[in-house]
Amino acid sequence: MAGIVFDRVSKRFGTAEVIRNVDLDIAPGSFTVFVGPSGCGKSTLLRLIAGLEDITAGTLLIEGCPVNDVAPAKRGVAMVFQSYALYPHMSVYQNMAFGLSLAKTDRRETDRRVREAARILQMDHLLERKPKDLSGGQRQRVAIGRAITREPKVFLFDEPLSNLDAALRVQMRLEIAKLHRALGATMVYVTHDQVEAMTLAEQIVVLNAGAVEQVGAPLELYHRPQNRFVAGFIGSPQMNFLPGTLAAAGADGVAVALAGLASPVPAAVAPDGQAAGAAVSLGIRPEHIVVGDGVAAAGPHGRIALVERLGSDTLLHVATQAGHLVVAAGAATKARVGDTIRLGLPADACHVFAADGRALARRGATEA
Amino acid sequence: MAIPGRSRPATAAFYAAVAVIVVYTVFPFYWAVNSSLQTPQELFDVTWFPFSFSFGNYAHVFDGQPFGRNILNSVFVAVLTVGISLALSLTAAHALARVRFRGRGLLLLAILSVSMFPQVAVLGGMYELIRSLGLYNSLYGLVLSYMIFTLPFTVWVLTTFLRELPRELEDAAIMDGAGPWTTLTRVFLPLMGPALVTTGLLAFIAAWNEFLFALTFTLSDSQRTVPVAIANFSGASQFELPWGNIMAASVIVTVPLIVLVLVFQRRIVSGLTAGAVKG
Ligand SMILES: Nc1ncnc2c1ncn2[C@@H]1O[C@H](COP(=O)(O)OP(=O)(O)O)[C@@H](O)[C@H]1O
Ligand SMILES: [Mg+2]
Repeated sequence: MAGIVFDRVSKRFGTAEVIRNVDLDIAPGSFTVFVGPSGCGKSTLLRLIAGLEDITAGTLLIEGCPVNDVAPAKRGVAMVFQSYALYPHMSVYQNMAFGLSLAKTDRRETDRRVREAARILQMDHLLERKPKDLSGGQRQRVAIGRAITREPKVFLFDEPLSNLDAALRVQMRLEIAKLHRALGATMVYVTHDQVEAMTLAEQIVVLNAGAVEQVGAPLELYHRPQNRFVAGFIGSPQMNFLPGTLAAAGADGVAVALAGLASPVPAAVAPDGQAAGAAVSLGIRPEHIVVGDGVAAAGPHGRIALVERLGSDTLLHVATQAGHLVVAAGAATKARVGDTIRLGLPADACHVFAADGRALARRGATEA
Repeated sequence: MAIPGRSRPATAAFYAAVAVIVVYTVFPFYWAVNSSLQTPQELFDVTWFPFSFSFGNYAHVFDGQPFGRNILNSVFVAVLTVGISLALSLTAAHALARVRFRGRGLLLLAILSVSMFPQVAVLGGMYELIRSLGLYNSLYGLVLSYMIFTLPFTVWVLTTFLRELPRELEDAAIMDGAGPWTTLTRVFLPLMGPALVTTGLLAFIAAWNEFLFALTFTLSDSQRTVPVAIANFSGASQFELPWGNIMAASVIVTVPLIVLVLVFQRRIVSGLTAGAVKG
């Protein structure tokens, strides 16, 4: 088990600064997931840990030792690549034994480790096959197996499941979680899939344009996003944002005046130094908007422009006087396109973001 | 046999075109075989088929001249040229394809432009070089000079091929603890069979058929390679060109090439389309 620490790490490719001043703590034995939009530097951050890219500035520590100048194979780190990157001319066995043979590991020990990895991943019967004779899921297993045989302290995964079909992805996701429990090694995992991130991670790192936006447990990011970017990125369907101004700011909450609404919407957040009159945006998740009879007449209302029935839920796209809102109305809703609907925005479900995107601290939000 | 989706006249035109191309490409070689099997007397008439099947020309080729030796010289020179070219260009291609350094594009262009000079243009300089290295009238001198035209294209083809290999494959090897040499020899090389066969074969053919350098840089009959030896065949008199012998010798030295190509046929095809197939 090994902890990883980024101490003000930056990475430049030529003049392009791809990783900016990242400070990050990854606890030994934890499962950390990097998420962020495409091109934000997730893979680069992972490759910095692996040693496949040089660090431009700052220090990277593994188990407390600076490893900026340590060769990739000497860091006790193994990586599983998105394309699997199996050696096409070698059998499954040889693929898994290659690293060990380069490290001049004793032949019996190599054999033991390869067979152990094959047993863990239930692919004992595949050892003599070539990668081209394997299915996508099996190749993925071999790639993971190759990492396991090296008995690394840190596993790195770069979108390992993105080439698999949906059913297989769910299955492999569970296996990776199981593997983490069984091996107890530190795992760092890159994905752009929300579900993978929320289900696998003990700690999620949200990246944007090479900088860390927020680090936290999955539900913490869901309930207490520190800024508008994280609020919009975590959660599906995406959080709604309505532009407004701060009508009142007091110790027990604020109220946000929205366009076209007679009375301001109360929100259970601390003013955090914002005064009445400041431009803010009000955020609320589709699943937290209330529909139906009990809704106060003062809330936003509007015509349903689009209905998306997902089976387990129904999404209503509503054009209100305050702006466009997506509402998760439950599978049983009878709402149809063209209906006029009233919406309730519960004060303790509202997020408020200052003009610079920073979130005002929520008061007593329910979370795990 | 009609091609599905095409009218009869179109099909007929297609096969006619195929026939023209086949005749155009195969006829010269057929003519050589045909002439080589005729007696000198028959050669004066246009005969389309060697009715006499006289193998006299073939026997004659080895009579009174070191033609066997010449063939061995050619084999030696061609094999050595191919071996050294592939070894050098493989390592060069690895650097050019997988290592980022300043001036890489310029270097590649320079390598390509070397191959654009006509052989005659470098003949003088090459002659001085070979003389000063003491390689005049030596097969090693030929090997050295042939690499001037084999290396540019072997380097280019292998560089292109190596570039197509996925970067993650190299990354995986690095994570496994492989250095550049191990990555090249144990990960990339086994995947490069088709490219090596294709470039090797083309280099072999170029070296095997080369005439100008071979004529200029060798002197004695025992150091001659086949193309020069054939050109030096002399007839019974000064005014007679021994066509039959020349044709027989040509067939003898062409057949090995054809056999080589046939043996490696499948790998050549996959080598030429290598860019389209990911490892
Ligand atoms: N070797 C490289 N040279 C130059 N730019 C690179 C290189 N690798 C990545 N980048 C750039 O760095 C940025 C982040 O890339 P990456 O880490 O792959 O993003 P992600 O994995 O989050 O999609 C991208 O803009 C990409 O173009
Ligand atoms: Mg990536």
